Amino acid sequence: MDFLNALVALSNFVLIPAIAYGSQLALGALGVTLIYGILRFSNFAHGDTMAFGAMVTILFTWWFQSMGISIHPLPTALLALPFGIVVTAMLLILTDRTVYRFYRRVKAKPIVFVMASMGVMFIMNGVVRFIIGPGDQRFADGERFIIRARDFKNATGLNEGLAFKTSQGITIVTAIIVVAVLFWFLNRTRTGKSMRAFSDNEDLALLSGINPERVVMITWIIVAALITIAGTLYGLDKTFKPFTYFQLLLPIFASAIVGGLGNPLGAIAGGFVIAFSEVTITYAWKKVAVYLLPESLEPSGLVQLMSTDYKFAVSFVILIVVLLIKPTGLFKGQSV
Amino acid sequence: MSQSLRTPVLFFVVALLFILEGSTSFWVFSGSWNSSLAILNMALISAIMALGVNLQWGYAGLFNVGIMGFVALGGLATVLISMPVTHGAWSQGGIGIVFGLLVGAATVIAAVLLHTRMAAGRSRTLAVLGTLIVGFFVYRYIFDAGVAGVEAINPAQTGFLGGLNPGGPDNYKAHGYMTVLAWPVGGLLAAGAAWVVGKTALGLRSDYLAIATLGISEIVIAVIKNEDWLSRGVKNVIGLPRPVPYEIDLQQSADFVARADSLGLDTTTASTLAVKLSYSALFTVVLVALIILAQLSLNSPWGRMMRAIRDNEVAAQAMGKDVTKRHLQIFVLGSALCGLAGAMMTTLDGQFIPGTYQPLRFTFLIWVMVIVGGSGNNFGSVLGAFLIWYLWVQVEPLGQWLMAVITSSMADGSALKDHLINSAAYMRLFSMGIVLLLVLRFSPRGLIPEK
Repeated sequence: MDFLNALVALSNFVLIPAIAYGSQLALGALGVTLIYGILRFSNFAHGDTMAFGAMVTILFTWWFQSMGISIHPLPTALLALPFGIVVTAMLLILTDRTVYRFYRRVKAKPIVFVMASMGVMFIMNGVVRFIIGPGDQRFADGERFIIRARDFKNATGLNEGLAFKTSQGITIVTAIIVVAVLFWFLNRTRTGKSMRAFSDNEDLALLSGINPERVVMITWIIVAALITIAGTLYGLDKTFKPFTYFQLLLPIFASAIVGGLGNPLGAIAGGFVIAFSEVTITYAWKKVAVYLLPESLEPSGLVQLMSTDYKFAVSFVILIVVLLIKPTGLFKGQSV
Repeated sequence: MSQSLRTPVLFFVVALLFILEGSTSFWVFSGSWNSSLAILNMALISAIMALGVNLQWGYAGLFNVGIMGFVALGGLATVLISMPVTHGAWSQGGIGIVFGLLVGAATVIAAVLLHTRMAAGRSRTLAVLGTLIVGFFVYRYIFDAGVAGVEAINPAQTGFLGGLNPGGPDNYKAHGYMTVLAWPVGGLLAAGAAWVVGKTALGLRSDYLAIATLGISEIVIAVIKNEDWLSRGVKNVIGLPRPVPYEIDLQQSADFVARADSLGLDTTTASTLAVKLSYSALFTVVLVALIILAQLSLNSPWGRMMRAIRDNEVAAQAMGKDVTKRHLQIFVLGSALCGLAGAMMTTLDGQFIPGTYQPLRFTFLIWVMVIVGGSGNNFGSVLGAFLIWYLWVQVEPLGQWLMAVITSSMADGSALKDHLINSAAYMRLFSMGIVLLLVLRFSPRGLIPEK
């Protein structure tokens, strides 16, 4: 019984949140990795673009809510998601046309792209705060839980409750669908293949008649879809606040690099590595330890390795360790 | 326009902006010398940060986006040097904290030594892991007890170790010079952190260095926010001593009142102006000294070597230059300047509030300054710092004016009008982004390009 209780506590506080968070990071990291693979720079505006996508979705959600459209028990935000993606895609294509295309044409160094992306980051940051403000926004509706803690306790007779939030369920399911579609697209369709060819060897791809501008445009559209979904899911699961999205930049980059920049499979693995490390290192293990250890050995403290505020430190340390030991990442990414 | 003419003209234009802000209340200018000097003081500090970034980027091509962390470390130094020691803090836990940290450091060193000395294999992995795990728990045991002891001392007022101010809790404000002593210490602290970062991350490609520095700056802020024993964390340290006189003392001095009268100023304004001017004078001395040093280094063989490395690493390596070592050197130097500026900024604020350190304001804005001013040129970075800081402050009234113009035809009380007027403050980030993109696109070498 104690073992089961420990297992439930572990799933409730570690496994489920980490899987949900990992899925969100993986979607974000896929975007970073695609931009790196095709456009060959680290996009610093990624976090703020994510905030923009989530913001547009929220605005559509509010509009739908005010008109009484809903897909109960699912959150209305899912219905608004396609609209958010379209608007974000248009914005990203617009930034590409006005900002990045010029540097591609003059064949600027990657660092110039990074700086330009810093400028874009400032603008996005301002636009998001200008439209929706810097504060927390609520937009979640529909059924809150798939499994409630109390129902679970009643049904199983265990002391520990297991709560499974709808947002977590949706995150996991959506992430699986999105990743499956993305991989099908990259591996099976002609356009996807041309993208991979472009990423592997630009000159050879150009030689075989692949239109670079088209590849870039499709990349931005996919990126828009990925980060709008990731941003909305993160907002549903936790909360929407523009600054938290900026801060997500670090774990997202860490995921992409740990997995191997430019490698989509690596981005997913990296997302889960980072999410699980963050959650396990900042979780107070006392609850689990109480069930597993005999009473005499019960810990007096919280058995928390690090306070939750150090979660950035976790992704950072993993990032550095991987960079030092295996600079191409866990899965072979592009050379360093 | 030739560059020898361009530099003074641009500096004159910027000076004119500051004069307008002080003298006329037309349009967005406030007509207050107090406001003008307040902008100037922060601009002087920003100029030092910009010099530091220019050292790293302009001379050596290192892309550091962790400026915020180094600035915060400088601020921490001001607290650690200029505040009085908390009574009993050292006996009730301070020693435990230091001992705990030493145990932690010893654990890491032992693990690294084991890793290098033992032959690869399962026994090595086990030994390293065992050392780390045992060391971690011993460290936490000693360290946590010390932290609890320190933080228990009057937590509402102190609850931290305090600093080195000889005046004691009652009289520490009389020792205002301690804050000035803290400036170089801030530089040293930042330099130490930069050495650790540089040692690990400088061998990597430029984007990776950027991400590594971004990470380290977030960690520095997280540590400062959480380690209450160090600088009270988010409870903030207020009432730092000052190297310049207090307004209230000036107002009570008969001599000062008489002098203010003879200038035709009322005493309150005169005292605030005098305090701000003294800060400006202090900061100007530091800035001018640093510009002279930076110019000398730029034109020395060392500076030429740096630029050679920046322009072609492989060629420089072939000429026998140790690229990694030189990069580390300049990375440490540039970060030290940021730390120094951070200490000066905390002195100017008179308080240390970790929650105010935002990467957009302290990292990316400094980058905008360097790029707009002209990377590789010290005068360019300084000019960029003055101009961009001025804009950063003035965009707010400008945004409000703009919104007032846009909304003037709308009905009063309409939701859109209220929203637009309330959101004017976010014009700042937006306009900085536009400025950066425009400069990067049309004048990538900045206002005053490198020669």
